Order: sequence, then structure tokens, then C-alpha cells
Amino acid sequence: MNEISQYQQKLLQAIQKVSKSITLMEVCGTHTMAIAKSGIRELLPENITLLSGPGCPVCVTSQGDIDAIIEMVQIKDIILVTFGDMIRVPGTNSSLQEERSKGADIRIAYSPLDALRIARKNPHKEVVFLGIGFETTAPAIAITVEQASAEQLRNFSVFSLHKVVPPALEHIFSDQEIRVDGLICPGHVSMIIGTGPYDILTEKYKKPCVVTGFETIDILEGIYMLIKQISQGEAKTETQYRRLVKREGNLIARQAIDQVFELVDAKWRGLGLIEQSGLALHHAYAEMDARLKFNIAEKAEIPIKGCVCGEVLTGKIIPTACKLFGKACTPLNPVGPCMVSQEGSCAAYYRYTPWKGSNK
Amino acid sequence: MKQERILMAHGSGGLMSQRLIEEIFKSAWDNEIMAPMLDGAVFEIPAGRLAMSTDSFVITPLFFPGGDIGKLSVCGTVNDLVACGAHPMYLSTAFIIEEGFPLADLRRIAGSMAATAKETGIKLITGDTKVVEKGSADGIFINTTGIGVIKEGIDLRPSRIVPGDLIIVTGYIGDHGLSILAQREGLRFSTPAVSDCAPLYQLTALTDKYQQAIKCMRDPTRGGLATVLNEIAQQAGAGINITEAAVPVSEVVKGASDMLGMDPLYMANEGKMVLFVSAEASHDIMADLKKIPLTSHASIIGEVTSTATGMVLIETELGARRILGMLEGEHVPRIC
Repeated sequence: MNEISQYQQKLLQAIQKVSKSITLMEVCGTHTMAIAKSGIRELLPENITLLSGPGCPVCVTSQGDIDAIIEMVQIKDIILVTFGDMIRVPGTNSSLQEERSKGADIRIAYSPLDALRIARKNPHKEVVFLGIGFETTAPAIAITVEQASAEQLRNFSVFSLHKVVPPALEHIFSDQEIRVDGLICPGHVSMIIGTGPYDILTEKYKKPCVVTGFETIDILEGIYMLIKQISQGEAKTETQYRRLVKREGNLIARQAIDQVFELVDAKWRGLGLIEQSGLALHHAYAEMDARLKFNIAEKAEIPIKGCVCGEVLTGKIIPTACKLFGKACTPLNPVGPCMVSQEGSCAAYYRYTPWKGSNK
Repeated sequence: MKQERILMAHGSGGLMSQRLIEEIFKSAWDNEIMAPMLDGAVFEIPAGRLAMSTDSFVITPLFFPGGDIGKLSVCGTVNDLVACGAHPMYLSTAFIIEEGFPLADLRRIAGSMAATAKETGIKLITGDTKVVEKGSADGIFINTTGIGVIKEGIDLRPSRIVPGDLIIVTGYIGDHGLSILAQREGLRFSTPAVSDCAPLYQLTALTDKYQQAIKCMRDPTRGGLATVLNEIAQQAGAGINITEAAVPVSEVVKGASDMLGMDPLYMANEGKMVLFVSAEASHDIMADLKKIPLTSHASIIGEVTSTATGMVLIETELGARRILGMLEGEHVPRIC
């Protein structure tokens, strides 16, 4: 056994000794996947529950927003550039994938800068980048917008679905129906925003937050730190992911976000409207705001029949408790976004099904 | 200098087709079977059972670190024959080329096919070219079909696998998949991602030597190791247990796949083989694999069981056990 495995086993043993009933929530899709993949959940004692929170950007996108994008791609001469997962998310009557098969020009990119290249190549078309993600992806989009503005690329715009994490965490802590004793906070988001926002939460709700990395050993240590605080009646912000997260975050990235975006109220799937939780393009960049440019009105939320993604996203039910899970809803044939996205908790539970049978 | 390109006339069957074949293909591949330029290849084969395999190659980009579509088209079919327990002998090839394709690239592809075939000892004995209008193909598509001879006493198939057999993978997994993704998306890593594309003809010496002790072999190409293990578990009607920590993954693939949210177990390989072997022979087989440069990082990754039949279970680094399923849909990087 190497040093890492030894330390991991030590952490597991320490966690297993706790007798108190504790519920923790991870609020980052990458944590959700890492926890499922490593099998941590199955190794924890029964009194410790790990819930998945609203940490997957695709999953928390409201149904109305998805329907609005689907409406937009039907406009002639629009090229929509998006990250891969979005194209499979079902809207009320269609999906981007379906629209593409009908002739809409939808392209998958790995970087928003790809969208600029497409815009330069297609001066007679309108190129819209679908901006999605939390504080981790927003800086790259901000830089892209600044670049487009500097180049005076008039056929480029952004449909921003960007959201910020802290207001959603406050929602979790303040919802009486959600019983969470502590949060495993997102490592990458915190690299950008720093740990200040968590101090406000721990102070107000008296529940601990630990900013955690993504290796198995990081997550175990993060869980251990939370359990230790809870056992000792403490509630403070701690950083397990010290090798990357600084208290003040990444000032340059934060500045880029501040320059290009402004905070607006945003609708989250499962959480509803949360004040000051979305990022829209700043009025100085209004001509690059696709919603304004193409006059896309807000759409009503039409729930998908039988889909409980909203409850899953707030930890009110676990994915396997959904009636559709693994039957009508699978990654190949997803009904709700939590089964589509690679960071979705339903997809994580489905893909990394624990084995409960005998060993041999 | 004006770049020479493929024209529709190169596929006309007339003088230009003839010249293209003479100048590019025949000069690269010349051998006594191809030489008479008949309508088909006429050749003799040793007595015994034959294996035949066909595969079509469509890949973007055509040239990548560690190989190109030409090398890939020979390795792919050679490795399929090797996985059947056969000595690869003859190869046919058919090209579908898009109008406007640079002749220099075609020459390079034909050259690397010739070099890989020579290294392997397989002969390219017949072929065909077609040219399609610009826009009807993505540069070039290649099909290869291979024939190999299986020696007496070799019998590779999933139904021979029994509980207790051990599973070997011959080296680092995911290299090809990452290399192609990195090229396609312009991702750069401090250590470049190089495809493992290679012909595994040297494994025929092992199948000849160990005969029945090697139960089954398969090359984990599209869908990766996880997919191949699932297919075999289903076909053999057996359970498969593997240990995550025993699966060889290079530092660059591990780092990049963590960053991109991808799983090396599902990433493509083009120069690896999965072997199911009897436990008694496993030690000697591993020792022999370690002596061959292309398989020197071979590792025993797990074993065949009689429970959980048709399924693959993986023991994580932490000691938890979960089901390793088939790939669902496309394997794409995550958002954040």
C-alpha cells in the first residue's frame, strides 16, 4: 500500500468512527462524478449521508431557457455554438439535437474562442455562443466577449445562462425542507471566487463549509474536516484544496467577469428564481447579448411529466428514488437534464452503479 | 510550386487512374503477387484454418502524433487478425478519395501503409481507388481486408474462458483516444499525447507458444477497455472483476482525462490487446510480454469469476466495488 492509500484508509476509518447522524452535500458536478466513480458513498457508514446539490450547470438550466434557445436556433442564418452536453437536453417539444437533424446549424465547441473563429469565417451568418457554467467558465466567456468587441465582430453574440454559486448555496441552507449539516464546496469555483463568500454563509447559518479538491483523497479529507467540525459544534469555512485555492480567489478572473457581466435574477431548475444569481452581459456589451439581439422573450416553465430533476438538484430525493430512473430515463434516452449531463447526479448514479453482491 | 491534387479524372479508370496506381501505390507496395496487375490477386495459402477481417478507417485528423490513417488502416486489420490467433499474411485495400485531396498526402499515406506492412510481414496484394466529388467525403476513407493463417492447436474465442482465468492488458490505455482528441481540439499538454497505433504481430509468437492457455484476445479500440470487457463478459457468460489500480494509465492520459472529465477506460486504443489466459500460464505469458517492447507495460488487471455473469465489476482505488458498464452514447469532455 502506498502512502496515499494508507492515508485514505486512515481517513475512512476516522469517518467510520463517528456515530452522529450527519448529512453532507456536494455542490459541484465534478465532485458528484468523482464520489460516484471512487465508490466513497458505499464505504461511508449508514449514519453519514452524501447528497448531490445544484452543481451541474446543464442541470440547473431552467426549462424555459432551454425552450428559448430552441426557439432561437430556428431563426434563419443563426449558427449556435455550444458545449457538447447541451445539445441533448430535452426541451418541452424538442432538443437542440432534434433541431440540428431538421437543419439548424448547431456546432459543438470545446472553447468559446472556437465561436469567434466560426464568426470570422462566416461574416454573413449570426454566430451565437451558448454561455453556460459557473464562475469557472465565465472568465473565458468574458475574455471572448472582450476579444469580439475589440475586433468589432458584429455577427457574434452570447446567450448567457451563466450562474453564480453562492446564492444557490444560501438557498440550500435556508430551505427548511433541505436538511444539510455541511457543504463540500466546489474547488474550481473557489479558485476564482475565493473563500470569502462562504464566510458569510457559515456565519449566518452556523453550518460548516469546506472547499475541497477532486481527487479521492481530497474528497475524503474534505468529508473528514466537515465531520470533525460538526462533531465539535463548529461552523467555519475551511479549505482542504489549499494547493490551488487562495482566500481572495483569482483577482484577474474576477475582474474579467465584473467587466463583462452583471448580476441579474435567474431561474434555476428545482430552486426557482434566485435573486442576483445569474450573469447577463453588461449593458456596455448589450449588442452582443443574443436575447436582446434576436428579441427572445422569456418562456414559461413547463415541467416535464414525471421528471423530478428539480427535487434531485436540491437533495430532496436521491436519483434512484425517481420512478423514471434507469427505466424511461437513461443516458441514451434522457428525460431530464440530470441524466444528460456528464456532471448530472442521475448520470453519475447510473454510470457508476455500486455492486452490492458478493465479492467472488 | 502548385500543389498536385486528386482530380475526378484520377478515378475515371483511364490513363490518369493508371498513372496514379503506378506512381503512388505500386511503387510503394510492389510485391510478386501485385506485380502482374490482374483484376484480383492470385496467391497460395498454407493448409489450415484462415482468419479474415475487414475494417474501414475514417479519422480526423488524417495525420496525428504516432501515426496516420495509412498506418492505422494496416494496424487495425493486422491487430484484428492477431486477436483471432492468426499470422497476418495478405491485405487488400480500397480508397475513397475526395476530389482535391493533395497527392503529397496520398503518397505519405501509401508510404506509411507500406512501411507498416513491411514491419508486420503482411503483403498488400490488391486494391482499388475511387474518387468522389468535393464535399462527398472527408479527405480520404480507407478500407482494408486481411487474411491470416491460424496454426494448429490455437483456438481463441470467448466461450473457452472459465472462472479463474486472468485478464492481461498489454500496456497503457487511452493514448490513441487522447492523441486524436488533442489534435482535433488543439489541446496541448506538457508531455505530448502520442497515439499507441502499432501492429501487434509479435503476439502471434505467444499464441503459437501457449496455444490453449490463451483463451481469447481482443483489441480494445473504439469504446475502450471497458467496452471490450463487457462484450466478452456477455459472450463468455462469465463475470469479470478488475482492479482499477492495476490498469496501466500513463501520467499524461491520467492528468488530461481528469481535467477533461473523461475516463481512460472508455478511450480508444490502436496498439493494445486484452488477453484472457489460464492462471497457471499467466506468469510465463507476462514474462514473455515484458520482453516485447510494444507490450512491456503489460499488467494483470483482473480475473474471471462465476458470479455476476455477463457483468464487469471494478474495484476502485478505495476498495469499493462498482459496475463498469458499456459506454452510453458519446464520450465527450465536460463543461467545467
